[in-house]
Amino acid sequence: MTDKALMERIVHFRSKPENQSPFALYLGLEIVDIDKGEATVTVPYAKHLAGNSLTGVLHGGIITTTLDAVCGLSVIAALGEPTTIATLDLRIDYLKPATPDEAVFAYGHCYKVTKNVCFVRGLAYHKDKSKPIANATATFMITAKGTGKRVQKNAQPELAKEKPPT
Amino acid sequence: MSFMELIKRAKENQDFSILSENIPYMKSLGISVHQYGGLLITTLKANPQLAGNPWIPALHGGNIGGLLEMAAIVQLAHDQESDDLPRTINITVEYLRTGFIKDLHAKALVTKRGRRVANVQVQCWQDDPNKPVASMHGHFLMS
Repeated sequence: MTDKALMERIVHFRSKPENQSPFALYLGLEIVDIDKGEATVTVPYAKHLAGNSLTGVLHGGIITTTLDAVCGLSVIAALGEPTTIATLDLRIDYLKPATPDEAVFAYGHCYKVTKNVCFVRGLAYHKDKSKPIANATATFMITAKGTGKRVQKNAQPELAKEKPPT
Repeated sequence: MSFMELIKRAKENQDFSILSENIPYMKSLGISVHQYGGLLITTLKANPQLAGNPWIPALHGGNIGGLLEMAAIVQLAHDQESDDLPRTINITVEYLRTGFIKDLHAKALVTKRGRRVANVQVQCWQDDPNKPVASMHGHFLMS
């Protein structure tokens, strides 16, 4: 499902030059889908970001960056308003190497929002979500004071409907 | 040249610049490795393009994670004699402070090297080694 209004709001906010993330721009990271508490992004394959020039497999750092970005985006999508957040921790399990020449997709789901901290799960894959490249678990700190408490009231009931992992 | 061949060459010549020249990710992001005595320091050069947060501006968390993972792999590959490339099983990054647009240095400590799995801790800092920006621990497959 797509929350069109929310997606438009977030895409519009991020398209302003002053709000653009320099590294997301460098990677060519694009938003594919936004729903309440959920986000999907894609990063095109780039030869110059390979960890190994012989195989051309993307470096783990790019998977880390993409997952960090999508997890953060899912928090914004859960809070529903522009705010500032910071990654507290990020755990990544590498399940298989990325395939060269294929775009990387990443999905993040912010499944719990509290006053200060948000909890997120993420998945990186190529075309098929059932064949993931990496799995992520992250927590984010809401750095703007008051945002969490305010949005918690709106966000919580929606997020309580926990979705089974896909 | 494979990663392990690059490491071998770097160890022989006591010059790790060969890594940055031949690994696309390191070259693109500006990651280099230097040896100080017996200590290996992996450095991410300051570059505004690596920012994730445009307002502060602050380094993207993924770039910090990428540097920490790189530091762990370089340390593991440097310490071993075999030709097996250490492969990442998982990493956990704890973000402690804002990473500003300044050089970021990382130092890895191999907590335990088993026959098949190694456990590594890495810390990174900017101006003061006693004020870490992030720390990481991870498991790596050695064979």
